Amino acid sequence: MEARIRARVNLALTFFALLFFVAGSSPPRQFVISNAERRIDLSSHIINVHLTLKVENAGTRPASEVVLALTPTEVDHLAMVDASAIKGKRKKTTSLRLEVKPTELPDAPPIDTKYFTIYLANPLNSGESTTLEVLYVFTHFLEPFPAEIAQSESQLVFYHDTALILSPYHIKQQTTFIKTPSTKVESFIRMEPTNRVGTEIKYGPYEDRPPYSISPIHVHFENNSPFAVVEELVQEIEISHWGNIQVTEHYKLIHAGARHKGVFSRVDYQSRQSSNGASSFRYVRIVYLLARLPPRVHSVYYRGEIGNISSSHLRTDSLKSELQIEPRYPLFGGWKATFVIGYGLPLQDFLFESSDDKRYLNFTFGCPLIGMVVDKLTIKVVLPEGSTDPSPVVPFPVEHHLEAKYSSLDVVGRTVVVLEKKNFVPMHNSHFQVYYSFKPIFMLAESLMLASAFFMLFVACVAYIHIDLSVRK
Amino acid sequence: MSNSSTSDLLKPFKLKTKQQELLISILCLVYILAFITRLFSVLRYESMIHEFDPYFNYRTTLYLTQHGFYDFWNWFDYESWYPLGRIVGGTLYPGLMVTAALIYRLLHFLRFAVHIREVCVLTAPFFASNTTLVAYFFGKEIWDSGAGLVAAILIAVCPGYISRSVAGSYDNEGVAIFALLFTFYLFVKAVNKGSLAWGLASAFGYFYMVSAWGGYIFIINLIPLYVLVLLITGRYSMRLYVAYNCMYILGMLLAMQIRFVGFQHVQSGEHMAAMGVFFLMQVFYFLDWVKHMLSDTKLFQEFLSITVTCAVAAGGIALGVGVASGYISPWTGRFYSLLDPTYAKDHIPIIASVSEHQPTAWSSFMFDFHILLFLFPAGLYFCFKRLSDATIFIVMYGLTSMYFAGVMVRLILVATPAVCLISAIAVSATVKNLTVLLRSKNKVAQIGSTKGTSSAKASSKASLDQSQPFQKNGAMALLFGAFYLLSRYATHCTWVTSEAYSSPSIVLAARGAHGNRVIFDDYREAYFWLRQNTPPDAKVMSWWDYGYQITAMGNRTVIVDNNTWNNTHIATVGRAMSSYEDEAYEIIRSLDVDYVLVVFGGVTGYSSDDINKFLWMVRIGGGVFPVIKEPDYLVNGEYRVDKGAAPKMLNCLMYKLSYYRFGEMMTEYGKPPGYDRARGVEIGNKDIKLEHLEEAFTTSNWIVRIYKVKPPNNRW
Repeated sequence: MEARIRARVNLALTFFALLFFVAGSSPPRQFVISNAERRIDLSSHIINVHLTLKVENAGTRPASEVVLALTPTEVDHLAMVDASAIKGKRKKTTSLRLEVKPTELPDAPPIDTKYFTIYLANPLNSGESTTLEVLYVFTHFLEPFPAEIAQSESQLVFYHDTALILSPYHIKQQTTFIKTPSTKVESFIRMEPTNRVGTEIKYGPYEDRPPYSISPIHVHFENNSPFAVVEELVQEIEISHWGNIQVTEHYKLIHAGARHKGVFSRVDYQSRQSSNGASSFRYVRIVYLLARLPPRVHSVYYRGEIGNISSSHLRTDSLKSELQIEPRYPLFGGWKATFVIGYGLPLQDFLFESSDDKRYLNFTFGCPLIGMVVDKLTIKVVLPEGSTDPSPVVPFPVEHHLEAKYSSLDVVGRTVVVLEKKNFVPMHNSHFQVYYSFKPIFMLAESLMLASAFFMLFVACVAYIHIDLSVRK
Repeated sequence: MSNSSTSDLLKPFKLKTKQQELLISILCLVYILAFITRLFSVLRYESMIHEFDPYFNYRTTLYLTQHGFYDFWNWFDYESWYPLGRIVGGTLYPGLMVTAALIYRLLHFLRFAVHIREVCVLTAPFFASNTTLVAYFFGKEIWDSGAGLVAAILIAVCPGYISRSVAGSYDNEGVAIFALLFTFYLFVKAVNKGSLAWGLASAFGYFYMVSAWGGYIFIINLIPLYVLVLLITGRYSMRLYVAYNCMYILGMLLAMQIRFVGFQHVQSGEHMAAMGVFFLMQVFYFLDWVKHMLSDTKLFQEFLSITVTCAVAAGGIALGVGVASGYISPWTGRFYSLLDPTYAKDHIPIIASVSEHQPTAWSSFMFDFHILLFLFPAGLYFCFKRLSDATIFIVMYGLTSMYFAGVMVRLILVATPAVCLISAIAVSATVKNLTVLLRSKNKVAQIGSTKGTSSAKASSKASLDQSQPFQKNGAMALLFGAFYLLSRYATHCTWVTSEAYSSPSIVLAARGAHGNRVIFDDYREAYFWLRQNTPPDAKVMSWWDYGYQITAMGNRTVIVDNNTWNNTHIATVGRAMSSYEDEAYEIIRSLDVDYVLVVFGGVTGYSSDDINKFLWMVRIGGGVFPVIKEPDYLVNGEYRVDKGAAPKMLNCLMYKLSYYRFGEMMTEYGKPPGYDRARGVEIGNKDIKLEHLEEAFTTSNWIVRIYKVKPPNNRW
């Protein structure tokens, strides 16, 4: 509740501040948005906002930097922003990814609005126009209300936004579509023209809105999808040049939806499930999770802090492996579960040699569990003992540092490249590389150590037998 | 030159080396066999800790490795026996934990990155392997190396020992049996050699045993008894004097370093026998000296009678004064219950309630010893035939431990090494005699080709038995018979190990309708739920059996646990469970309990649940609080849960918590709802309403049910 009030206050403050500053300030506004269409998808707890902007250069000089504006609450929950330019007409469209960077606008109104700049591939000449597609992904943005529900109640959530798109530019025409997961909408704020058909609420079209105009709205609707959030995921990728990559993933899973209140009744839970099966009613809980693992995965295990969890199934084919796991108990709102998934992978699928005699690991940066928000993702790449100058290459900004780890038979320790990313969503999934140099001679070190140890042991045995006899005589 | 000299040097040892090689390879195989036969549970289930007590040991070992020895030694545990707490460092035998931690440190020093759990799981098999080695040396000491080998093989697979030393059974007994046998071995060796060094070694063995298990009481009483028997039978010698004094004095001083034992060696009645024998020993020595000095036998006889009378009188008076003044504590109930099988049933219900404390049935002797049960008397016969200090010891060990094994099921474990050793003597002596017979015949046929083993003794034996007809055939038949029996033994042991002793009892496995394996992992489901979804300071009340598991796996505070040191506290829980809900609520509130956990097998047919244990709760509760009366829960002396059950039974807290909403549940086709599969009846109270508690969690097979205690109602 408190968070909601705060969000509203923020919005209101922003609103007033904006109104106040609109007249005075002059952001780089050679652009005018002739048409904006926004589609907000609220079907899960990961909110996708697709924004299509038709941008026109109304200034005199060519310009290539288009600025997007977001409220501070939005920025707090923003997992990613992605922009692309659309070329061509109708069916023959091609999209070109553009660079987006957070920026500060010096002459912008001194309020909390945060900005992102899209750098166009080619400067837009005066009078020309182009179409941009922007994708925002927000997490933890839906707020359960009521915040606590009983076992068989459905989950209602609030979504806050403005009916008008916040922008530093003048918008000639704009429309917003909000898609809810079901037709059950408790309430929503109207701003004419507004109309609701099925699972979609349409705001607009609104004509000729000045820059920084907003109009707060909220939608209160039913969302019975469990809010599966991984609070922390530590993924450890251990490379062995003997032919194996061992991946260990430590999960801290939570159901971040409306908190479970009162009784958990096994009778109700079992009887509803068995009699109705997969029909209309569904408890808002996490039962199954699906992990998509690389093909040719082997020795998969799934265990908790206190031992093996036997409820998992692995399906493998030549393209992918799917691991279906079930936590020890169904997760109702607010319930947590920690577990570990581990598996081995063949080395040749992921480790390659680069042209400059270095080796590199090419692996997916992401969470194998499908549809998960990961609040904090840590990837630790454990390089073999004796490897030097590691350098990670990741397609988006991450924090990284080095550590040392002692695994079996290690003397000097292994170099660990630690990559950290906050607020990770499945859309981030992409490949990353870690380059390092390694001399194959180090591969033999451990086996030589073992061999010499056994040799010593046998020598000692032989010596013991002989000494034993000579003493006795 | 040098070459030839070394070969000359080696020549006389060649045969010896071959035998030795054979011996060593057999011992190695036995060592490995003892280890791997205990791994069934790891292969069937997983590398996990079993049962109840091992969870406490695991938790303390974890603490030891994480916080170091001093913190461990001074550890006050707030998470158990709430609100009393427990001084863990001062109330446990640290031997097991320290051993596991040392192994863990050593492995890490050698750069093996193992988890402490793996070390704990494999500690018991590792020590079982070591026990086989000790059994070999012990057998060699009392009989010959053949008997030693047989003893090693027998003890490696003996179910009586395996039951307490499978992988995962991380309990004191796992290392204690090793320590027990090792101490005995060293002491016998010391008596045989009469050397201070072996006496010292046995003192250290005793110290390790004291640090590992409360069963050291057996050692500190058996050894004096043995010494006494030697004294009475006129086998007193300087060797015995040196061995016993060294072992007793040093062993006692070392044992005092264990906090849990402390000054008991000089203050408790159970240890007084050792002290008495110690003084008696001095009297003997003194008399020996006087005898040496006095030439007149008559005078000595008089002196002897006077001295012995005085010594016994002085000892008796000292003991009497000690007991009367309270300096020497009388025997504890646990000790009495060992001597008298009926004692616990009448006086200490908490001991009697544990299934492993019941008197042993014949079937379990058969189950755990198999052919050893028949070989044991045969071995005793051989021992008596060749009496020596060492065989007297093993005979005494065998006889006393067999008595204790008859008193309590779990003490079969203590008897196992003795039974194995004595049986090994029987097997070895028989087989040896038979082979000697066979070989002597052969010798007649092919003169001079055999050498070494058939000695003068063998030939004399052969000449003795020459007259009997069909001797060779008979010997062959007997030999085959012996091998058949031994192979049956091996089969039986493997079968028992795999079927009976390798289940972790945390995870239950059953056969499904289609022959597939169904796993009931409800315990861990519930404990993990507690761990993840309750406040970290939540207090959980359950019957004491589950205390260790809740603290170790659920990481939550418990009211009572398997330590059972405070009977009143346990009785309070028993009283709460057997009261009506509103009375129980008062008790629960006074204990500051947040969750109540019960184990219920009505859905799965799991029979060792709380309803079946309930009468013990009533008895233990009633033992302290007379408001709880056992007859209130019985109908005509019969314990039932169906419609005919006693009204108090149908409405007590335990009944309500177990059967809450169970009446709506269909458990079996063709049976009414609320049919209890564990007891095979339809429950008597289907309409259970809870007022002060609410269901917080029930596992998928209903085995564990957790209830949350509601806060008291607002008064306004």
